[in-house]
Amino acid sequence: MPSPAIELANVTKVYRRYGARNFSTLKSALLNRSVLRDLRPSESFSAVKDLSFAVPTGSTFGVMGRNGSGKSTALKLVAGITKPTSGTVSVNGRISALIELGAGFHPEISGRENVFINGIMLGLTRREISRRFDEIVDFAEMADFIDAPVKTYSSGMYMRLGFAVAIHVDPDVLLVDEVLAVGDEGFTHKCLDKFAEFKRRGRTVLLVTHSLDLIEKFCDEAIWLDAGEKKAEGDPKRVVGAYLAAVEKSEEAHLAATDARARESVAEVGPAPQEPVPAQEVAETAAADSGPSDMFQADAGRWGSREVEITGVELCGPDGSPAHVFQSGDAMSVRMRVSATRPVEDCVFGIGIFNVEGVCCYGTNTQLEGFASQPFSGEGEVCFDIERLDLVPGTYKLDVAAHNEDGYQFDYHRLLYSFRVKSRLHDTGIYRPRHAWRFSGALSVTKSSTSFAYDGVDTDEPEG
Amino acid sequence: MLANLRQLPRYRGLIQTLVVRELKARYRGSVLGYLWSFINPLLLLLIYSFVFTVVIPNRDERAQPYALFMFCGILPWTWFSASLSEASNSLIANGNLIKKVLFPAEVLPIVSVLANMVHFFLGLPILAFFLIWYQKPIHASELIWFPVVVFVQLLFTTGLALILAALTVHFRDIKDILANVLTLWFFATPIIYTWMMMEQYMGYLNWNPFTHLAISYQEILFFDGPFGHWKWLLAIGAGSVVLCTVGYWLFDRLRDSFAEVV
Repeated sequence: MPSPAIELANVTKVYRRYGARNFSTLKSALLNRSVLRDLRPSESFSAVKDLSFAVPTGSTFGVMGRNGSGKSTALKLVAGITKPTSGTVSVNGRISALIELGAGFHPEISGRENVFINGIMLGLTRREISRRFDEIVDFAEMADFIDAPVKTYSSGMYMRLGFAVAIHVDPDVLLVDEVLAVGDEGFTHKCLDKFAEFKRRGRTVLLVTHSLDLIEKFCDEAIWLDAGEKKAEGDPKRVVGAYLAAVEKSEEAHLAATDARARESVAEVGPAPQEPVPAQEVAETAAADSGPSDMFQADAGRWGSREVEITGVELCGPDGSPAHVFQSGDAMSVRMRVSATRPVEDCVFGIGIFNVEGVCCYGTNTQLEGFASQPFSGEGEVCFDIERLDLVPGTYKLDVAAHNEDGYQFDYHRLLYSFRVKSRLHDTGIYRPRHAWRFSGALSVTKSSTSFAYDGVDTDEPEG
Repeated sequence: MLANLRQLPRYRGLIQTLVVRELKARYRGSVLGYLWSFINPLLLLLIYSFVFTVVIPNRDERAQPYALFMFCGILPWTWFSASLSEASNSLIANGNLIKKVLFPAEVLPIVSVLANMVHFFLGLPILAFFLIWYQKPIHASELIWFPVVVFVQLLFTTGLALILAALTVHFRDIKDILANVLTLWFFATPIIYTWMMMEQYMGYLNWNPFTHLAISYQEILFFDGPFGHWKWLLAIGAGSVVLCTVGYWLFDRLRDSFAEVV
């Protein structure tokens, strides 16, 4: 067991807010002889709480978590940019931190001179930089512009040059903070290759990222931080899984809250218009409404005469309990509680699913499917069971409606309910038909073991 | 503090590079480039000559030619005041480095002081030219004191620069206060008047450390006779060592707060 390259032991970082001071000017601070005392904080919050982890030499270690979970603070602590409030941080070997690329570039002077200055800031000597200069410029793909002042660079060029310098410091420990969004596809691949090379040469990499793919592909170990605390640590796949489950849960809560708000706004809609709208007109409006250009701009709302009222709508998951987040391929059922405020001759129930672009993914009603409508009075429940929700990942909204055979609207809920479909596969389109790949002849294609994507299919379609 | 201080020589290369960057960046894009380092003091000299020989002629016989006398004091003063105003802003202006890179913050005010020292040095040939032009007698025995004065001023300025840089991070007001204090300080120093004119106020002027630096420059470069102010100079030198130590101590104490407050 090699000694750890990075070790954090019970590290806590308290950030202080200096906002509310009890003096207003320097003068009064000096007069009260309280300069140092008043520099103490009035308020504080812990960005990192009692965090301990060790990164073995030569391993690649991933840190994930939501925004504001303390990832970057942890990285700054490792880099030594900030000091822990309590606990110890120890690092073996030369560190290079890819936190802010090109920090310290001076806009007025040339890229060439900035490479030297930046390199020296990162701890290289002039001679070391001269030796690596061509390699750096080559890596950044900047040969044509290296003598132009940095202020003329595009932001992509700026970042690429910054990245190239930082990575050529040839550190023992490389700290990376969400910088792979630099440059185009080709450059990103080059960066990943560089990381792989680091790994091969036995260097340690600490990677902070939101890209779970990267963590699964590159890291030997990972931790998940939430609100400054360690939630899980160990095998990247397991940690990513735990993280995703938690994200799902919080999304679920978020969607539930959105739904609750939508319902409230529906409740505020006054009593139904007493004058029935002519059926013809309703049909036309409905037709015009069927495909709004942007679903989130399209008016969500509720209208109708309320002779039949949809009093409650619930989305249920495979286990029958209410849910807002579904795996692609899960079963889903839409339950509508309906009640007739006065008896009606006939009643048709309909449903529509829309995606973010406002495309109607599916729409149907009981009349279209040949159910004979019957006079209805009292209360009841309508269930729309979807055996497999074969949609691609995304957020969807739901229309539910009750009307009569002529199109006279009793109660129309437009885009009031939302749910999210999740999948580890990033396939595109709207509909995911159940499918399988077959190969024959000289082809023998097998699933790659490192690629999570195919694993995703396995979990999605266990019955295969 | 001592551990950090011991690191300082390691940053020699960094300081050197940053000073060069500062100088390069300042004149980049201007047609005359480095010539401005000569032209600026020259123009200043011309303006003061015009004002004090034509507009309000100064008849103090001991200080003739008057413009040259003033120039001996203004050149080091410019180094001093520009250093302080730049240093006080240096940590805030380079917040990126302090927050995002493992970077020894004390390098920044030091670079401000050194970059302005280079400008001071670039102004010296002009001063030398006019000293020779007016056939001012300069003795080697006096001239060996010149590096001493420069060194004392360097220490004094660095000490103040460290304190101001560290405090300005927490009290942004200092930037504005400093500009006004420097104007007052300039007139409280015998630069545009001779200290001989102010004999009756010397009791006050002696409290101003820059008085002794200015007098030293003037005695060495401008006035005849042996350098008589050396006791004061050495005293200020000793004080500057203390100031530097206190400055570095304060800077070191506040160091951890920079990355959070900047």
